Amino acid sequence: MALPEVKQTATEARLATLTMPEAGCTRAAREDALARVLEMGLPGRRDEYWKYTRPDTLISAEQPHAALFHSDEPLLFGNLDRLKIVFIDGVFSAEDSDDLELEGVNIDRIEDICCKDIHWAKELYGVLETRGQSPVQRPLAALNTAFAADGVAIHVTGKPTKPISLIYRHASETSDAMLHHIIRVESGAEVTILENGPAASRFNKCIEIDIADGGTLHHVRAQGRDHERCAATHMFTRLGRESVFKSFTLTVNGVLTRNEQVIELTGDDAIAHVAGACVGDGDFHHDDTVFVTHDAVNCESRQVFKKVLRNGATGVFQGKILVKEGAQKTDGYQISQSLLLDDDSQFLAKPELEIYADDVACSHGSTSGAIDETALFYLRSRGVSVKDATNMLTLAFLAEAVDEIEDEVLSEAIVNRLEGWLSRHI
Amino acid sequence: MLEIKNLHVKLEEEEKQILKGVDLTVEAGKVHAIMGPNGSGKSTLSYVLSGRDGYEVTEGSATLEGADLLEMEPEERAAAGIFLAFQYPVEIPGVGNMTFLRTAVNAQRKARGEEELSAADFLKEVRAKAKSLKIDADMLKRPVNVGFSGGEKKRNEILQMAMLEPKMCILDETDSGLDVDAMKLVAEGVNALRDEGRGFLVITHYQRLLDHIKPDVVHIMADGRIVKTGGPELALEVENNGYADILAEVN
Ligand SMILES: Nc1ncnc2c1ncn2[C@@H]1O[C@H](COP(=O)(O)OP(=O)(O)OP(=O)(O)O)[C@@H](O)[C@H]1O
Ligand SMILES: [Mg+2]
Repeated sequence: MALPEVKQTATEARLATLTMPEAGCTRAAREDALARVLEMGLPGRRDEYWKYTRPDTLISAEQPHAALFHSDEPLLFGNLDRLKIVFIDGVFSAEDSDDLELEGVNIDRIEDICCKDIHWAKELYGVLETRGQSPVQRPLAALNTAFAADGVAIHVTGKPTKPISLIYRHASETSDAMLHHIIRVESGAEVTILENGPAASRFNKCIEIDIADGGTLHHVRAQGRDHERCAATHMFTRLGRESVFKSFTLTVNGVLTRNEQVIELTGDDAIAHVAGACVGDGDFHHDDTVFVTHDAVNCESRQVFKKVLRNGATGVFQGKILVKEGAQKTDGYQISQSLLLDDDSQFLAKPELEIYADDVACSHGSTSGAIDETALFYLRSRGVSVKDATNMLTLAFLAEAVDEIEDEVLSEAIVNRLEGWLSRHI
Repeated sequence: MLEIKNLHVKLEEEEKQILKGVDLTVEAGKVHAIMGPNGSGKSTLSYVLSGRDGYEVTEGSATLEGADLLEMEPEERAAAGIFLAFQYPVEIPGVGNMTFLRTAVNAQRKARGEEELSAADFLKEVRAKAKSLKIDADMLKRPVNVGFSGGEKKRNEILQMAMLEPKMCILDETDSGLDVDAMKLVAEGVNALRDEGRGFLVITHYQRLLDHIKPDVVHIMADGRIVKTGGPELALEVENNGYADILAEVN
């Protein structure tokens, strides 16, 4: 079917600015992805899935622009023993990265998977993204598969002693970056992946994660604060039997962020938790779009998203739990809440359940509200200043999401970041 | 210490006058009790003194050691020495009781130009005081008042009071919801704080509490005014005969 003309034109204009990397063995997957982009077209304002978030700046053919943010705050995860993999404006920097050697894991750049003949990677690149295109289309992810210029393939075969930390630095005010990572966690293996940094003026990032039976992946991410930066990210995660995926994202400012999480529970007794805390100010727009598919018995999924919005900021949550026929004993939970610090800010939520099995327990809730005045007075009556009391209540509001991080050191680092933001903004 | 003169208060949002000229002076070192029928304005008085939103003072004044309370923000009143033990203590999910107490203690010390209490000193003090109120370690770790029983909430109020050592303690029905033993604990907590420099305003419906916390003065509040003031015997009279006689006498 032909695309609407506006969409066709916008898609062609954007594609004209991009060059597909040579990339030997991923070439076929990339050509495939490009065909999908051409067929779907890039997201447009009239698309139902983009009803609350304008994709314009994410797809525009114009060069993006975002000033660099300077802060004298200590670096996030700075004191943590971790394996650092650094990308500057979307390009791997060997100089700034650690040696990519760590017991229990093999790490390679995507461009090296062909010459090194890394089978699992060749077989995964673009595959989960393709699966994730139905029932809802995600053209920006297909665009990423086709054109991503860099990224890493992480093969987890054991239990590495430290987290793998992907650091995205932003150096040029006009950078337009696409990264594509693939991760395979083998049976019984366990890893923690960290991501942080603003990455680029415009950032399109896709991660495909395949967790084998009994594998575990923890993911903690903090998205950079460069005020004018925009980002569209996708995580496609497939879980095998008794595997565990736990992901947390902190977003502090950035004019536009769309984070999509596409999760498929394909083996019995698997667990997937995704959580997010975001704090935004002014023209900040933040969108969490989550799609969890239960396609096995006795799996558990949790979505916990909290947003603090002020000065006209906008928060969006689109979350779906799809329970397929036969996915009995599913335990699905979803909560999305916003704390609006003034009347100008808004929260738009679209929680959805679609259930084709009869023995399931699924619940979802979404709320939006102001600071609890009674609690605020109680704190103040004990001598706590309005500012500190508001901060305490705001952190308390976000706590349910932050508490999803199992590692205390990591959750403390995130809380510190939040406290920093609150002390600057409230 | 606390001087309230001709205090008139209405609701901010409605044309409803609640306090209609309250006169009351609490001297340092003294315990004053306020009794009075439901809805007579006792809690309103306590809220207005501690600075809660929603009320408008249309006439009169309230000062603490000469300083105008009505001009101050709630946190300033707290630093100046006002403490209200709430009739309905507020639950605050996500804020740990201990964190809350420590923030409050240090905020007040800071406002008074004193040094913050070290973590170790704070812990030592809070543990000792909690123990005497039979508040266990688990309750200190839990979020403020969340899931506390009625009596536990009230004891938690007294713990806060003991930690903050305010000059003017206002207790709004701290006895309600307490079992006999808890009432004794709370009274002991209050009595331990009684000293020359501190005033108490104890709002209650029952003589029972006043058996343990012996008041110097008892006031009867009705329809937004203090209608009668007397000694401890006044509380006994209310306990035995209710308010009908007193109200008939003043009308
Ligand atoms: N925010 C409010 N909105 C509406 N009415 C109010 C408000 N606050 C107080 N009132 C009214 O003012 C009157 C006094 O209330 P207050 O709570 O001060 O009484 P009280 O003496 O403490 O009663 P009790 O013994 O039942 O605790 C009541 O009629 C109450 O309904
Ligand atoms: Mg009352």
